[in-house]
Amino acid sequence: MNPIPAIETFDLRIGYSLKGGKNNLVNEGLRLMLRPGEVTCLLGLNGAGKSTLLRTLCGFQKPLGGSIHLQGKPLTDYSQRLFSLTVGVVLTEKTNAGGITVYELVSLGRHPYTGFFGQLKKTDHAIIKQSLEAAGIAHKAKNYVSELSDGERQKAMIAKALAQQCPIILLDEPTAFLDVTSRIETMVLLRKLAKEQNKAILLSTHDLELAIQMGDCIWLQAKGQSMICGTPEDLILSGDFSSFFEKEEITFDVTTGKLQVQAAAVPVGIEGEMLTAYWAGNALIRNGYRPVAPQPGCLTIRCIDRHTIRIGLPTGETITAGSIAEMLGMI
Amino acid sequence: MNKQFNHIYFWLTGCLIFLFAGSLAYGSVTIPLDAVADILLGNEIGRESWKQIVLHARLPQSVTAVLAGSSLAVSGLLLQTLFKNPLAGPSILGISDGANLGVAAVMLYFGGSLSMVSSLPMSGYLAIVVAAFTGACLILGIIIYFSTKVKSNVMLLIIGIMVGYMASSLISILNYYASSDKVHAFVMWGMGDFSGVSLKQLPFFTTCTLLGLFLAILLIKPLNALLLGEMYAANLGIKVKRTRALILICTGILTATTTAFCGPISFIGLAVPHIARLMLGSSNHKLLLPVTLLTGGCIALLCNILMVLPGGSGILPLNAVTPLIGAPVIIYVIMNRKNIQYFN
Repeated sequence: MNPIPAIETFDLRIGYSLKGGKNNLVNEGLRLMLRPGEVTCLLGLNGAGKSTLLRTLCGFQKPLGGSIHLQGKPLTDYSQRLFSLTVGVVLTEKTNAGGITVYELVSLGRHPYTGFFGQLKKTDHAIIKQSLEAAGIAHKAKNYVSELSDGERQKAMIAKALAQQCPIILLDEPTAFLDVTSRIETMVLLRKLAKEQNKAILLSTHDLELAIQMGDCIWLQAKGQSMICGTPEDLILSGDFSSFFEKEEITFDVTTGKLQVQAAAVPVGIEGEMLTAYWAGNALIRNGYRPVAPQPGCLTIRCIDRHTIRIGLPTGETITAGSIAEMLGMI
Repeated sequence: MNKQFNHIYFWLTGCLIFLFAGSLAYGSVTIPLDAVADILLGNEIGRESWKQIVLHARLPQSVTAVLAGSSLAVSGLLLQTLFKNPLAGPSILGISDGANLGVAAVMLYFGGSLSMVSSLPMSGYLAIVVAAFTGACLILGIIIYFSTKVKSNVMLLIIGIMVGYMASSLISILNYYASSDKVHAFVMWGMGDFSGVSLKQLPFFTTCTLLGLFLAILLIKPLNALLLGEMYAANLGIKVKRTRALILICTGILTATTTAFCGPISFIGLAVPHIARLMLGSSNHKLLLPVTLLTGGCIALLCNILMVLPGGSGILPLNAVTPLIGAPVIIYVIMNRKNIQYFN
């Protein structure tokens, strides 16, 4: 089984045209493939050109070279209307839609299908209702957009993209400005849509952990370099993640998939009850220690439960801390 | 879904009819309503002067007020949506000043005056309308140019105000070199008046404004998409550049025609869309545009009635009345912006 890629690019050059015929090139030679039924996360530091790439794929800006194929057909063959039936977008652009209801907002997604005055037919209403349900925002349909929380607004915009019935959805930082739970909710929703409706979903994000957890595929973008693409786990194991994110004081921890402040070389042995030990280790890392398996000659922390933490000093003495804060104070 | 709003249309239409009748009957000479009805129905009532007043002064003036009010209100709404700025309006963005400048050039430099214009054949006031349209479009062009360079709407608004000042200063220069009778005619025109359209010119005025209003109604669908911003609108299949141009042409026609005949009328374009949104609670243009149109007509008729001082002691300039209604609305909107849906 080898389905047609939703988006495929060949030797794509992206960037901005400047005055005097010069170009500000961001990336070149991009060979990308977005597959239906998958959530792809685009990661990159600020200024890496994530927005430029998304804008180019959204058709808001012309590529400097190369070609983009949507569902096997070159982008240049798409009329604006056909494009609006193929690619739905969710942007960070500030909207002025506070004064319309969620239902009206989602019904805007039917625009490419409706006639001159945008009159909605029965089927349109049915699709709007389905989209509201699928995005989990149906209970707010009658509310004004201004009454929604940021997370609900994002869901409403996703519902709009669903009402557009596009096989491809591109999202620009959909989880920025959201609190932790809304972030996860949004990602779970996008995954569900990819699996159940076989949509090809591409989103840019800064949320490394969430991307590793939820993304089927990861694109790592850096200015002037070729894109690194792959399944998150493969990229971690191959060391691509580490070399991509490592800076002077920041390292990518391949065991946890987190970015960490460079671990100082002071090893501390840790053992005992799992949960307490895990978080005690977390506190140690933050404070510049490196948790290791207990070994002779170094500080050892034995966690009995969360109120009893025994600290074994290298001298052989043992003191007991009642909490992690106390433990940190003692060592 | 729209049923809940039917009563608003009902009340607004009622208000419009009531105010229209009021402005036919009320004036420096009071004419009883039944006499007005008789005159309109063509019955003889024996008083030639009343017939003259109603048919040749008050009827065209009231029709003008309705159309001018609707035109300005609708162009205000279009600009507010296009610039994503609730404080945009034909007079704030300097578009009225542009039309003003065009009119000033014709009236002061080429020597047309309103009294002359009324007696001239079509080409006379056509020249003024064309000049007003050119001036309005010139300023619109400048604003559009800056709107592509300046991201912040507040900054754009300030640029609009500055451009308006520049147009005003050009008008002052024109005034300085013009003869005093022309200046007087121009100043009188600048105070705003719905009586500037004679029965003979009314068909032309009506055609132009109805054309503009019709064009605005055709723009309802893209206007709604523009609520989401230009990028979303483009993704929904809206041809943004074309829509932008159409909105500006439409605003140009409406503002220029109204300004050429009635003078630069302040605040109606700015305040009426807010009154309409506050009444409706929605910024869906399918509802908002017709309500703005009707409200504009009502407010203009109300101003037309308020202009007439009680006891027949004279008539106030229009621009002395519109800010009294418009400015408090804007202050109210700004003070309550946290609680108003469309601001958030």
